[in-house]
Amino acid sequence: MADSVEKTEARAAFEELPDAPPRRRLRLSWSGRLGVCVVAFWMAIVFIGPSISPYHEADILDEALFIVPGSDNPYPETDYQPPSSVAWLGTDYLGRDTLSRTLYGARTTIGISLASTLLAYLVGVTLGIAAAVGGTVMDSALSRFNDAILSIPSIMLALVVIAAIGSTIPILIVLTGLIYASTVFRIARSLGLDVKVSDFVEAARVRGEGLWWIVTREILPNVAMPMATDFGLRFVYVILFISSLSFLGLGVQPPQSDWGSMVRESLSGLPYGSVAPLVPALAIATLTIAINLIVDDVSAHAGGRLAKRMI
Amino acid sequence: MAALLEVDGLTIDARKDDGSLAPIVKGVSFGIERGEVVALIGESGSGKTTIALSALGYSKPGLEFTGGEVRLDGRDVITMPPDEKRDMRGQRVAYLAQSAAATFNPALTIGEQVTESPVLHGQMSREEAEDRAEELYRALELPDPDRLGKRYPHQVSGGQLQRLMAAMALCGRPDLLILDEPTTALDVTTQIEVLKAFKSVIKREGAAALYVTHDLSVVAQIADRIVVLYAGDILEHGDADQVINRPAHDYTRRLMAAVRPPPAAGQGDEALAEHLRDSPAIEVKGVNAGYGRRMDGSVTVKVLRDVNLTVQRGHTVGIIGESGCGKSTLARVMSGLLPATDGDILLDGQVLRPGLQQRDRSELQKIQFVFQMADVALNPRQRIGSILGRPLEFYFGLRGRERRRRVGDLLQMVELPPEFAGRYPEELSGGQKQRVNLARALAASPEVLLCDEVISALDTIVGANVIELLKRLRRQSGVSFVFISHDLSTVASFADDIVVLYAGRVVEQGPTDRVLSPPYHPYTRLLIASVPELRIGWLEETMESQEAQAGIDRVVRMTDTGCPFFDRCPIAIEGTCDRETPPVRRLGGRHAIECHRSEAEFLEGSAPA
Repeated sequence: MADSVEKTEARAAFEELPDAPPRRRLRLSWSGRLGVCVVAFWMAIVFIGPSISPYHEADILDEALFIVPGSDNPYPETDYQPPSSVAWLGTDYLGRDTLSRTLYGARTTIGISLASTLLAYLVGVTLGIAAAVGGTVMDSALSRFNDAILSIPSIMLALVVIAAIGSTIPILIVLTGLIYASTVFRIARSLGLDVKVSDFVEAARVRGEGLWWIVTREILPNVAMPMATDFGLRFVYVILFISSLSFLGLGVQPPQSDWGSMVRESLSGLPYGSVAPLVPALAIATLTIAINLIVDDVSAHAGGRLAKRMI
Repeated sequence: MAALLEVDGLTIDARKDDGSLAPIVKGVSFGIERGEVVALIGESGSGKTTIALSALGYSKPGLEFTGGEVRLDGRDVITMPPDEKRDMRGQRVAYLAQSAAATFNPALTIGEQVTESPVLHGQMSREEAEDRAEELYRALELPDPDRLGKRYPHQVSGGQLQRLMAAMALCGRPDLLILDEPTTALDVTTQIEVLKAFKSVIKREGAAALYVTHDLSVVAQIADRIVVLYAGDILEHGDADQVINRPAHDYTRRLMAAVRPPPAAGQGDEALAEHLRDSPAIEVKGVNAGYGRRMDGSVTVKVLRDVNLTVQRGHTVGIIGESGCGKSTLARVMSGLLPATDGDILLDGQVLRPGLQQRDRSELQKIQFVFQMADVALNPRQRIGSILGRPLEFYFGLRGRERRRRVGDLLQMVELPPEFAGRYPEELSGGQKQRVNLARALAASPEVLLCDEVISALDTIVGANVIELLKRLRRQSGVSFVFISHDLSTVASFADDIVVLYAGRVVEQGPTDRVLSPPYHPYTRLLIASVPELRIGWLEETMESQEAQAGIDRVVRMTDTGCPFFDRCPIAIEGTCDRETPPVRRLGGRHAIECHRSEAEFLEGSAPA
């Protein structure tokens, strides 16, 4: 009895030490904050771009605008004009305003890419988690089919399909979404397999929980963070993919503007020192790098777990 | 002469989110002489690993050295330029991490990894390093030292890998060895073999060592001096003999009190009879089970063989055995996670269907599983309130205020404040998580609680508190416990009955007092003899006894013919034990031993050595 009294006293004097750190919050580094600013800027352009742009994207500027007072040339060239007060960022090969086309192009480029990435995620995550929690047969069937898709070079696949059925924006979105679903599938499946065998999922199974609860409450919340990191990167790849297709002339069709096709159209201006191909290229670069900067911070917060899987 | 390592007024702070500093180590000073083993003991969160790492001039991310010096041969390692630090690490100071399995690269041979550091630092040529490694393999009594270097990490046992880690650290002849809980995750039998090897090799090499652990019994075997830490402060510092035998500080005495006495007859907790009913709470009858189910229902790896056990209402059955003996498999079979291939599980006299999907909700509710690692058993994305609330909703349909009230009750039951309902698991300490883990199982108001190594991952004091909690719950609720552990002392203080499992077979079972007193099965004897005692010199005595000689450094092998314990057994009968399945000898009461030897021979074999 005396023994137990002594124990109680000792307990009061020495509490169990807390060895758990306070919960970590996602904190952005200065580069991450810069990334957020740039992405926010482009998102704003998506919404207000057309209303603030000086001209319409398809407008071919009038020669009269470029007549220099006092000059005797009444018919100046309108294409590849250098930046001036008339066209702040110069004109492209047809004499269209580069600034206006870039502002309009943000909507097409970002809109199509976002829609494609969301589609890729919808399909990829659904099938990936299904493969992870479903039986061996389902997993094998889905994984082998996915391997087959992955083995075809994506740009070739896209070229063939577009050549066969033509290029409209809905076709572009569905095609890109399905092509990228295969990489999302792999990541979702492997993350899902990891979480599936964890003890808290076993605990839910022993409790008698159904598959729906296990997938939506136990597995998905735990793969969300790494998947969010991947979403950012995948979005970047999709922008580059759509831009590549447009650059090859198979993406967004003229007169609609999009950054990839803008680079291609004005490429011939490069030898004359025109900025027309540089502006959309810079837009693509700033947006994709900014997203990467944010992703770096999110990934560091998630413990860098995804980094190993990305390769 | 100055000490080899002098820690002088060391303070280390953690930088918090808001930029303020929180002290982790508060002005700690001690020294290590050449050839001396100093132990740092304390609970998790006491700063012991942080101090040990400072000897390498290293601090974990988020921590900062804010004062004091750590001098190695008079040179401060904290302010050392990075180039010198790199030379110092690995050459002069070597670090041994807790998990050997995580330290070795599975893709490289053992030899390449053991010799890597001295070759890389240009201390030795590859040939010299290989000779040196071989010498160390011999010193560490590793099997087949000539060819060991050519093998891969997965080809040796866990205990051997742990010893190889010592070879890796010692290969470059460091002056100081830092050992961070090197035996904490091991079985008692493996722990002995590793401790013995460490001790002899440290003595032979004349290296100084800093031994970090929370286990006083281990410290008593290996340390010359002991430093007791609490919350970043030194509470007591002295010779091992003085600290162990005449502790001066209350906290040291508290640590000693939390060390469970060695298992012996008479510790068994007698359960109250008031909860007894006609049928036992749960019964396992002739169960076979394993992994890798084939189409015809048989399994590729057979683990459990003809297991029988009975748990009376309100009683506790302890299941003991080394890792790989099938303890967790048995719990998984009882819970339905792993359907048995043969045999029945009876709940309250009713046969349960083997698989989870076929059991109905009330059957599931009556058997609850408490997972081993609370760290991974709680969903990190759910608050404690939802983790505890879900079983209430799932089994009893509780919602809203009623559910919140019950969650508060449950938290109170496991001695946690009700505000914890709003926290995430990562905001809790290890012991607190284990309490939540337990509360989740209790939320279902179960009749049988399967506890799988629930305190093995916890510190001595935290573990002792959890055991106290379990005892209180048992008194109050009449729940039956199946308590799985490789720690015999814990089981001995808690269980009414003990089942000793070896290679998937029940080799001995019966009331705790009977199992822990002669006659013993030879395996039970080995387990009892391997539990470290809080006494200096225990290790040497044990190593001389015949059980230890015969039993350690062997792996558990599943076998279909004869007795699986044959190749480790000191009293095996050649020609019989390796050919024929041993008979079950009933020794009266519920006590039974599965062995070819007779009762008289057990007693003879267990005469005091």
